[in-house]
Amino acid sequence: MEKKPQTGRLRQRRDKRISLVFFGVALVSIMALALIVIFLFKEGLPIFNKVSVHDFIFGHYWYPTDDPADFGIFPLIMASIAVTLVSSIISIPLGVMTAIYLAETASARMRELAKPVVELIAALPSVVIGFFGMVVIAPFLQETFGIPTGLNLFNASLMLAFMSIPTICSISEDAIYSVPVELKEASLALGATRWETIAFVTIPASLSGICTAIILGMSRAIGETMVVLMVAGGATLIPSSIFDPVRPLPASIAAEMGEAPFRGDHYSALFASGIILFLFTLIFNMVADHISHRFKQVGASTL
Amino acid sequence: MKLRGLILVLFAAILCFAASPVIAGSIVIKGSTTVLPIAQKIAEIYMKQNRDVKITISGGGSGNGIKALIDGSTDIADSSRFIKSKEIKHAVENKIYPVPFAVAYDCIIPVVHPENNVYNITLEQLKAIFKGEIRNWKDLGGNAGPIVVISRDTSSGTYEVWAKKVMKKERVYPGALLQASNGAVAQAVSKNKYAIGYVGIGYVDKSLKTLTVNGIKGSVETTLNGTYPISRPLYMFTNGWPEGDTLDFINFVINPEKGQKYVGPAGFVPLY
Repeated sequence: MEKKPQTGRLRQRRDKRISLVFFGVALVSIMALALIVIFLFKEGLPIFNKVSVHDFIFGHYWYPTDDPADFGIFPLIMASIAVTLVSSIISIPLGVMTAIYLAETASARMRELAKPVVELIAALPSVVIGFFGMVVIAPFLQETFGIPTGLNLFNASLMLAFMSIPTICSISEDAIYSVPVELKEASLALGATRWETIAFVTIPASLSGICTAIILGMSRAIGETMVVLMVAGGATLIPSSIFDPVRPLPASIAAEMGEAPFRGDHYSALFASGIILFLFTLIFNMVADHISHRFKQVGASTL
Repeated sequence: MKLRGLILVLFAAILCFAASPVIAGSIVIKGSTTVLPIAQKIAEIYMKQNRDVKITISGGGSGNGIKALIDGSTDIADSSRFIKSKEIKHAVENKIYPVPFAVAYDCIIPVVHPENNVYNITLEQLKAIFKGEIRNWKDLGGNAGPIVVISRDTSSGTYEVWAKKVMKKERVYPGALLQASNGAVAQAVSKNKYAIGYVGIGYVDKSLKTLTVNGIKGSVETTLNGTYPISRPLYMFTNGWPEGDTLDFINFVINPEKGQKYVGPAGFVPLY
């Protein structure tokens, strides 16, 4: 028996149904995200009845269980920023240069081999990286530099760089690799060397992708918890050297949330720290999004 | 008709469960996170031997445990401190009569790297170190070198003992390193020759050197005879003298042949 051709109306209706299903699925994940954000704000905001926003963000002392308690997260914010900056100083050159190598100069076989390996680093559980930092890197730093403790800003940054390199490398590599070949050929035809082509044509053309990669890498570093909990040291001081122990926001939340009394001041102060952290990553992601739209390389004709 | 009957039965069942957590065959335990590992371990063994009894354990802190005992939502309240007079008053107003049972002792020991040549320390010195006033080992008779202070997260029970017995309500200075568990403190101290930290007695091993406090070594004996200064008893509170399953469980916990055998391995000092 031959199947009857479907009428246009039926097909349209089916089309509509399918798109509705997809809309529903998308809605579920967005709703879940929205609910989490609402929950975060609902649990965190009550602390601002006890301390002002200014005192919370710029207060220098974090003694949440004392009586009277002090809820000042300025040292924690500074620690998060410091750790993220130092780790990007390490991870950006490494990540981007590896990406350039893989996309431009590596042989096809090398590329095939190296890319999965770099991406495999991303698959390492953060607790393993943290443990490595604690047991191997910390004593090494202590011996080599003669510093009191190896659990410090530098160690944490090093481990975080480890974790953000795969993100940075893999996204930038995609961006560089997708630069239209006409651009490169044109440059070479004009007599530019290979290096000049990479430096003045390929990289500018893929800059938006590289910037997006860097910012996503940084937002990974600022939100990472286990590593900073294990190797950053945990002192609530504003760091004055890269060998000072610090306590970034996620470490504080992770260490204290388990035993903070439910819906108490300490509990909402930790959620409020979560709000600050959320705002940081939100800004990072918005900047990344903006850059990737603004400076997008469209086709071969524009540069 | 059939459906309505079913709903009624269901409704009755839900009412039954909601009305009293104290049904035969179930014990609810709430309170101190310090006592939690002891209660958990012993309850596990107890439930294996008494399959008809179901024990539900949750943390939340000593204060919350006692609050739950007062409002009748728990059978046993775990507490790492004795009940406060304000709480007793509150309880009696609610016709609840808390009865304490000491179930174990907590003993916190200052530890340093095995290469450190300091042996004894006074409570005053410990306090000064954790306040950030003494910052070099040579002030304590050791080799010159900075002191790296390692403390616990402020919501842990171990920190609570330390804050009360050593710091006497003064603050640990912000430069102290934070570790989130006894194990992490032990790990950090054993890797750093300048470090000083504190752990529960169950976490002391060969990779750490213990310091005597005011000349007294922290041990099971000195904790039990009350001479070691950084220790405290841990309690379970019941409403009135316990009955039925609760009585049976409390007896199991404090029995030296049964429950107390598991106190040591959980990192605490048993009663006997």
